[in-house]
Amino acid sequence: MLDGALLAGQVFNGFSVASLFVLAALGLALSFGLMRVINMAHGEMLMLGGYLAYLTYLIVPGPLAILVAMPVAFLGAALLGGILEITVIRKLSARPLDTLLATWGVSLILQQGARSIFGPIGVGVTAPDWLNTGFTLAGVYFPSTRIFILAVAVIVLVALGLLIARTRLGLLVRAVNQDRMMAAASGINVRRVDLAVFCLGTGIAGLAGVVLSLLGPVTPSVGQSYIIPAFLVVVMGGLGSMVGTTIAAIILGLVSALSQIFVDVSMSQVLMLLAVILFLQFRPQGVIATRSRALED
Amino acid sequence: MTKSSPFRHAWILVLIVAVLAPMLVSSYNLNLLGRFLSMAILAVGIVLIWGEAGILTLGQGVFFGLGGYSIAMYLKLSTLPEGSLPDFMEWSGVMALPWFWWPFKSGLLALLAIILVPAVFAGIFAWAMFRRRIAGVYFALITQAVALTFATLLTSQQSTTGGYNGLTGFTEAFGMPLGTDQANRTLYWITLAVLVAVFAGSKWLMATRYGTLLRATRDGENRVRFLGYNTTPYKVVAFMLAAVFASLGGALFTLHAGVVSPAFVGVVPSIEMIVWVAVGGRKSLWGAVAGALIVNFAKDIISSALPEAWLYVLGLIFILVVTYLPNGLAGLVEDLLAKSRRPAAPEGALVEEGK
Amino acid sequence: MTMATATADPILKVDGITVDFDGFKAIDNFSMTLERGQLRVLIGPNGAGKSTLCDTIIGRVHSASGSVTFNGENITNKPEFEIVRRGICRKFQTPGVLPSLTVRDNLAVAAQRDRRWWTAFQIGAKAAEARKVEDILEQIGLTERADTLAADLAHGEKQWLEIGMVVATEADLLLLDEPTAGMGPNETSKTAKLIHSLLGKHAVLVIDHDMTFVEELGGKVTVMHQGKFLKQGSVAEVRADPEVAAVYLGRAKE
Repeated sequence: MLDGALLAGQVFNGFSVASLFVLAALGLALSFGLMRVINMAHGEMLMLGGYLAYLTYLIVPGPLAILVAMPVAFLGAALLGGILEITVIRKLSARPLDTLLATWGVSLILQQGARSIFGPIGVGVTAPDWLNTGFTLAGVYFPSTRIFILAVAVIVLVALGLLIARTRLGLLVRAVNQDRMMAAASGINVRRVDLAVFCLGTGIAGLAGVVLSLLGPVTPSVGQSYIIPAFLVVVMGGLGSMVGTTIAAIILGLVSALSQIFVDVSMSQVLMLLAVILFLQFRPQGVIATRSRALED
Repeated sequence: MTKSSPFRHAWILVLIVAVLAPMLVSSYNLNLLGRFLSMAILAVGIVLIWGEAGILTLGQGVFFGLGGYSIAMYLKLSTLPEGSLPDFMEWSGVMALPWFWWPFKSGLLALLAIILVPAVFAGIFAWAMFRRRIAGVYFALITQAVALTFATLLTSQQSTTGGYNGLTGFTEAFGMPLGTDQANRTLYWITLAVLVAVFAGSKWLMATRYGTLLRATRDGENRVRFLGYNTTPYKVVAFMLAAVFASLGGALFTLHAGVVSPAFVGVVPSIEMIVWVAVGGRKSLWGAVAGALIVNFAKDIISSALPEAWLYVLGLIFILVVTYLPNGLAGLVEDLLAKSRRPAAPEGALVEEGK
Repeated sequence: MTMATATADPILKVDGITVDFDGFKAIDNFSMTLERGQLRVLIGPNGAGKSTLCDTIIGRVHSASGSVTFNGENITNKPEFEIVRRGICRKFQTPGVLPSLTVRDNLAVAAQRDRRWWTAFQIGAKAAEARKVEDILEQIGLTERADTLAADLAHGEKQWLEIGMVVATEADLLLLDEPTAGMGPNETSKTAKLIHSLLGKHAVLVIDHDMTFVEELGGKVTVMHQGKFLKQGSVAEVRADPEVAAVYLGRAKE
C-alpha cells in the first residue's frame, strides 16, 4: 500500500542524503586511494566548515553570505588539512592503522577545542530567504535547501572529475595512483601530490560543513554523525574510486531514506550496515575494483 | 622475545599484592581497581586480535556491552516480584516482558549468554568479513559502524533497553547483597581470578602452534595461504576470543559499577579501549593490563580535577604513543632492559639473540 | 594418466594457457611439460610472462583458456590453497619470509602437515616435523641462525630461508621465482648447489634471467617471449640460438 508521492519524496530524500554522503566521503576516498590512509579527523573538517560558515554569517550577513562562506570554509579546512598532513599523517605514511588511530586523537582534540571555544550547545546558521522556499510537484514537496545541496554535490563532482581528467595536478594524481614507486622514480614529487590531494579532500569536507549548517545547528560533534556513514561509503566504493564512491553514496542514501518509510531511524542505520556487509559478501573489492599484482595488498 | 630479565619472577610479587589489595586500599579505590581489572580482561583480548593477529577492531565496546547487558538484565529480573516488570518498562507502558529478556530470568542462562552471545555474534560477523578477505582499514571502519549502530539501537529502544540511562539499581547478585564491603571484596577476587585465568590462557595460546600461525598470518597472510593454510578460521577464532574476553570484562564491570548504559559501548569508548592497549603495548599481555590500569586511573584523576582537560589528554596520548611509541610502554621497557643487559654491544654488530 | 606421452610421467603439464589482462595477453597459448624430479629453467626478457605463468599454475591468476595438469589431475583455476595442498609450492620474487617469527618457526609453519586450525592448539611441532626442520636448517646453512628473527637476516639468508620453507612443504613441484635476486656471486653459486641438492625428490622450476646463474644450474632451459613459447634446449643450445639472441639483443639495444 505504498503511496506514490511518499515514495517519490523518499527517493528525492535519498538522493539528498546521498549528496551529503558524497561530499563527506569524497575527500576520504581521494586520500585513501592515493595514500591508503583514512583520516579519522575528517568529520571535524565538516565541523570546521560549519563553524566557519557561522562566523562568516556574523561578519557578512545578508542573502549572499552563504556564497562567501563556501570558499572561506574550503580554504580554512584545506589549510587545517595541510597542517594535519605535514605534522601527523606524513610521519605515519607506511602504517595505515596507526594513522587511523593518531588522526582519531586529532579528532578528539578538535572536538574538545570547538567545545571550549563555541560551547557544547550548537550555534545556528539561518539559511537565506532564497533558500527558505520550495515547490510542490505532483504532490511532492521539494525544499530548496535540499535542491541546493544536490546542486553543490553535482558541481563538486563535475569540478573534481575535470580536475583529475584535465589538469596537470590530475595527471600527477593519476600517475601516483597507478604506481607510487614509478611516479617517484620518474621525478614526481609524490609527497607534494599527497599534500595537495589531502588539502583538496579536506577542503571539500569544509564545503560539506557549510551545506550541513543549512540543515541543523553546528555542534562540536556534528562531524561525527556524518562521518561513519561516509566511512561506509568509502569501504563500499572500492579503493578510493570517485565513481565507486558516488554510486555507493547513492545506494546507501536510498537504503537509508527508503527504509525509513517502514522503520525508525535507528533501525534504518542497522539496515544500512547490513546492506554494506551483504554487499561486501558479493563484491569484497567494492563497487569499482582495481587489479593488483602485489603480494600483500 | 626472550624473557631472561631480572624481573622474571616479578609476577609472583604482583600477584600477591593484587590478592591482598582489599586489605591495603580504601573501599573506594578497591571499587575502582575492580572496574579497571575488568577492563584489563578486555584489554587482554585486544592483544590477541590486534597485537597478535594484527587486526584492528574499533568495536570491542559492543561485546563489552553484550556482557554488561546480559548480567544487568539478570540482575534486574532476579529481584523482581513475580509478575511485575522492570521499573523503566512500566514507566514506558510496556505490558509484557520482551522476548529477549526471557532467558535472563535464569542466572545460569545469563552466565551462559555472557559467553555464547558474543561468541556467536563475533563468529558470524568475523567469518563473513574474513572469508571475503576484508581486512585492515576496511575491517576497522566496519567494526566502528557496528559500535555506532549498536549504541544507537540501545539508546533508541528506550522502553525495552532502558535507553540512554541504561540499566541500573541492582540490589543483589546470585543471592549476595551488593554494595557491602564483603560483596566488593568477593567481586574483586572473582574479577582478579578471571583476569588471571584469561591472562594465563592467552599466554598458553600464544605459545601454541595456533599462536605462531596467528603471528605468521599477521606478518604475511598471503605467504601463509601459499603454504597451504586456510587463514580464515585462525582469524575468526582470535576475534571470537577477544569478543568473549570483552564480554566477561563488561559483565564484571557492570557488577562493580552498578550500571551499564550505551555510554560504555559506543564509538568513543570502543576506541578508548584501543588506547589502553596502545599505551601499554599491543604485543604484550603485561603491557595491556598495565595500560588499562594506568589510562583509567589517569582518566579518573584528570577528569575529576579538570573535566575539560581529559579529552585533550586522551587525544594527545593517542597521537604521541602511536607516532613515537608503537609498542607502548612494554616496548619501551623491553628496549631499556635490552640496552642495560649488553651495554657494550657495538652498533651494527651481529649479536646472537638471547640464550 | 591414460595418455601415452613421450615423457612417460610428467609431473606438470601446461597446455595452451592464455592469460588476458583486460585485452593484454600476458600469456599467449603457452605449453610446456616438466618431468618428475627434474630441473627446468624458465628464462625470457622482462615482461615475457614468466611470473604470470607461475601465478597461473598456483591459481593466483585465472587463465582464459588452456589447462594445467599436475600429477595427472586437472588443477586449472582451482583455489590457491587447494593447489598448494596437492603439492606445488612457490617462492616469490620478493622474499616472503615471516619477519616476526624466528627462522625455525618459519620452517615449522611450512613443515606442518596438519594445517587444520582445530589441531593447532598444542605447543611444539610433531617430532618428525621438528626433525625435518633441523635437517632443512642444515641444508640451507642456517642452523646457527635458527633462533634469529627472520626480519634480522641478511638478504641472501632470507632467500635461502624461503627456499627452505618451500622445501619444507614437501611439495613435489617447487616454483622458484628469481631465487638469486640481489645476491653476490658467492651466494649465487651457493644457491645453485642448494637447488641441485633438491632434485630427484622435488621437481624444480626456476625463473631467472641471470645467465651466469642459469649456466651454473645447467639442465633444460625454456625460453619465453611476449607470453609465447620461443625455444627449449640445453643452456648451450639456447645460447647459440639466433632467435633467442635476437630477443635478448633486441632488448639490449633499446
